[in-house]
Amino acid sequence: MTDFFQGWPAKNLATGILLLVLFLLALRLSRRAYWREAFREIRRRRGSMFCLAVLCVYLLIALLDSFGWCSPMRHPESGELMRHAQSQKILYDQGASALDRLLQPLRHKQEKTYSAPLATKQFFSETELDADGVPRRVQPALLYPRQHLFGTDRVGVDVLYQCLKSVRTGMIIGLLTTLLALPFAMLFGVCAGYYGGVVDDLIQYVYTVLSSIPTVLFVAAFMIIFGQGLAQLCLAMGIASWTSLCRLLRAETMRLRESDFVQAAISMGSSGRKIIMRHILPNVLHIILITAMLRFSSEVLAEAALTYLGIGVGADTMSWGAMINDARSELTRDPVIWWKLCAALLFMLGLVLPANIFGDAVRDALDPKLRQ
Amino acid sequence: MSAARPNMAGHRASTNAPHSTATRAYRCNLRIKQTFERFLDLCFHISLMTTYLLRRIAYMLPILLGVNLLVFALFFLVNSPDDMARQALGDKAANPEQIARWKEALGYHLPRLYNREESGLRCFTQTIFFQKSLSMFWGDFGNSDMNREPLGREIRKRIIPSLCLTLPIFLASLLCNIAAALYLAANRGSNLDRMAQIGCVLLMSVSTLIYIIAGQFLLGKQLRLLPVSGFLPGLSMLRFLLLPILVGVLSNFGGGVRFYRTLFLEEINRDYVRSARAKGLSENRVLFVHVLKNALIPILTNVPIQLLMLIMGNLLLENFFGIPGLGGYTINAVAAQDFAAVKAMVFLGALLFMLGTVLADICYALVDPRIRLK
Repeated sequence: MTDFFQGWPAKNLATGILLLVLFLLALRLSRRAYWREAFREIRRRRGSMFCLAVLCVYLLIALLDSFGWCSPMRHPESGELMRHAQSQKILYDQGASALDRLLQPLRHKQEKTYSAPLATKQFFSETELDADGVPRRVQPALLYPRQHLFGTDRVGVDVLYQCLKSVRTGMIIGLLTTLLALPFAMLFGVCAGYYGGVVDDLIQYVYTVLSSIPTVLFVAAFMIIFGQGLAQLCLAMGIASWTSLCRLLRAETMRLRESDFVQAAISMGSSGRKIIMRHILPNVLHIILITAMLRFSSEVLAEAALTYLGIGVGADTMSWGAMINDARSELTRDPVIWWKLCAALLFMLGLVLPANIFGDAVRDALDPKLRQ
Repeated sequence: MSAARPNMAGHRASTNAPHSTATRAYRCNLRIKQTFERFLDLCFHISLMTTYLLRRIAYMLPILLGVNLLVFALFFLVNSPDDMARQALGDKAANPEQIARWKEALGYHLPRLYNREESGLRCFTQTIFFQKSLSMFWGDFGNSDMNREPLGREIRKRIIPSLCLTLPIFLASLLCNIAAALYLAANRGSNLDRMAQIGCVLLMSVSTLIYIIAGQFLLGKQLRLLPVSGFLPGLSMLRFLLLPILVGVLSNFGGGVRFYRTLFLEEINRDYVRSARAKGLSENRVLFVHVLKNALIPILTNVPIQLLMLIMGNLLLENFFGIPGLGGYTINAVAAQDFAAVKAMVFLGALLFMLGTVLADICYALVDPRIRLK
C-alpha cells in the first residue's frame, strides 16, 4: 500500500485531482457577478497583480515538482536499455519529477564542500602536497566555477536547487492544510449555525475542546504518535486549525439564517439541505477564501518553525525550515557561512510576502463590510 | 457632593428655604437610604459576578474532560501501549518479554478502560484511563517515561522560568502594539501610516526563526551585548531573558500593530466619537480616553489568541535560548519519545489556555457591565 502511494502514478493522480478541483471552483466562481466584480477590483491594483504573478510562479514550480515519471534505465556505456535477466522486462529507475528533469544540470553540478555564491574557489582552504612534497594551504578551484547562484552547502549540493525543491513542501503545507480543514469546517460550521439547538451545542463543544489545545502541542502529540512527515504535519495542522474557520462560518450562518431571503425560502417550504446548498453556502464562500488566503502565509511560517523544533516534515523532505536549521550551526563558524540561511529566507519571504499582500487585496475586494 | 445627590436622585428638596429640622431629618434619612441602596447594589453586583465566575469555571470542566478524553484516545487507543513500548525500546530490539517489562515498570500493563480482575470501584481505578489520564485532573501527572521522575515536580520547577519569559513578552507586546497602533490611528492616512503598514506586512512575513537567529547573531555574537543563550536563577536571569523578550516582542509586533490599528479605526468611525468631537474635545482626548476605553473590549477578546501564540513562540524561544521552561521540556520530550511528558504538557497547555480565557472573560465582565447580565 505504501509502495503504491510513494509511487509516481498516485502522486500524479492526486496533483491532477487537486488541480481539477481548483480549476472547477475558479470556473464556478467566475460565472457569478459578485466574484467577477471582486476580481476586477483586485486587478485594478497593480501591486496585487504582481503578487499574484509571483504566487503563480511558485505554484508552477510546486506543480512541476509534483508531476513525474520513471524512465527506463540505460547502460552507462553502451546506452542500450537494461532488461530483467529472466523476464526480459525493461527496468525503470526510481523516477524523477518534471522539476528534477528541468534542473538536471543544477542537480549534477556537485562540489566537494562549501563554496560561496558565484565563487571560483572553494570556501575553505585545504592542505595539499606540492610537487616537492611540501604541504601547502591552497583553496582548490571549484569543478563548476561561477555557476552556483547561492553557493553550495556542506556536502557540495547547490543551494538554489534545495530552495527550489523546498517550494513544493511550502506550497503543500500552505494549501493542503486549509483544504483538509475545509470540508469539516464547512459541514460543521454551517450545520451548527443553521440548525442550532442540540446540534449547535454538540459542535460547539467539539471545537471548543479542540481549540483549547495549543496547536503546537497538538502537533507535538500527533508527531510523537504518528511520526514525522509531510502528510502527518498537514493532517495535524488541518485538525488543529479547522476550528477557527468553523467558528466564523457558524456566526455568519446564524446571521444569514435570520436574513429575509432565507426566511422566505423557509416559508416557501424549502428543505434545510436545499437552503444550505443554494442560499447559505454561496454566501459564506468569501469567508472561506479570505481565511484560506490569510492563513496560507502563517502556515508556511509555522512549518519552518515546527521543522526546526523536530516536529515538522522530518529529515527526508527538503524544506526551508530544515535549511534554516542546518544554517544555524553554520553561523557559529568563522568565517560565517551565510548563504544557505539567506537563500532560504529569501525564498520564504518571496512566498509569504506576496501571499500576505494578495490576501489583503482579496479580503478588501470580497469583504462586504470593507467594500462600501 | 452631598448637596447635589438629592437633586440627581430626582428629589426636589428646596435648597433656598432655611434648614428646618424636618428637612434635616429628611436629608439624613435619604442619605441612609442611599447608602443602603448602594450597598445592596454592590452586593447584587458581587453576587452576579460570583455566579458568572462560577458558571464560567463550571463550563471549564466539561471542556477539560473533553481534552482529557481526546488525549486518552490519541495516546492509548490510537497508539496502544505495545506500540509505545516498541517505539521507546526501538523496533528491532524489542521482544515480547522486554515489552512486558517496560509496560510493567511504567504502569502501562493495566487494561485501558475496565479491569475485569478487580472488584468494586477498583474495576475503574485500576485502569490506564483512570491512572494515566483522569488523574491529571487532580494534579497527579505521573512519572516521566524516560527517567521515571515525577512530572509534577518537573512542571513546578520549570513553570517559573517559563512565566518569567511569557508574562513580560505578553505585557510588553500588548503595550507596544497598542501604543504604536494608537499613534498610527491618530495619524491615519499620512505617509507615516502608509509606510508603517508596509513595514508591518514585512515584519509579519519574516519567520520568527529569523528574528531569533538575527538577534543572537547581532546582539550576542557580533556586538557581545547580551549572552547568546543560557539561564541562571535569581536576579541574574534578567541578563539572559532580555534578548528572548526583545525577540518575542519584535516577532509579535507587525501582526499586533496591524490588528489593533484596524480595531481603533473601526472604533473611530462610531457615533460617540463624532459626538465627543462635536462637544469640542481635543482629538487626543477623544482618541486616548474615549476610543481606547471602548476598544478595550475587542482587545480583551484577543487575549486568549495572544496566549496561544505565546505558547508557540515560547517553545521556539526556550529551545533556542536554552531557558529551562516548559516549552523546551516538551520539545526534548518529543525527541526522547517520552509519551507521559507530552501527554501531561498537552493537558497542561489546554488548562493554562482555559485559565487565560476565564481571566480574559472576568476582565471583560469588569469592563463591560452588559456582559454579566446575559
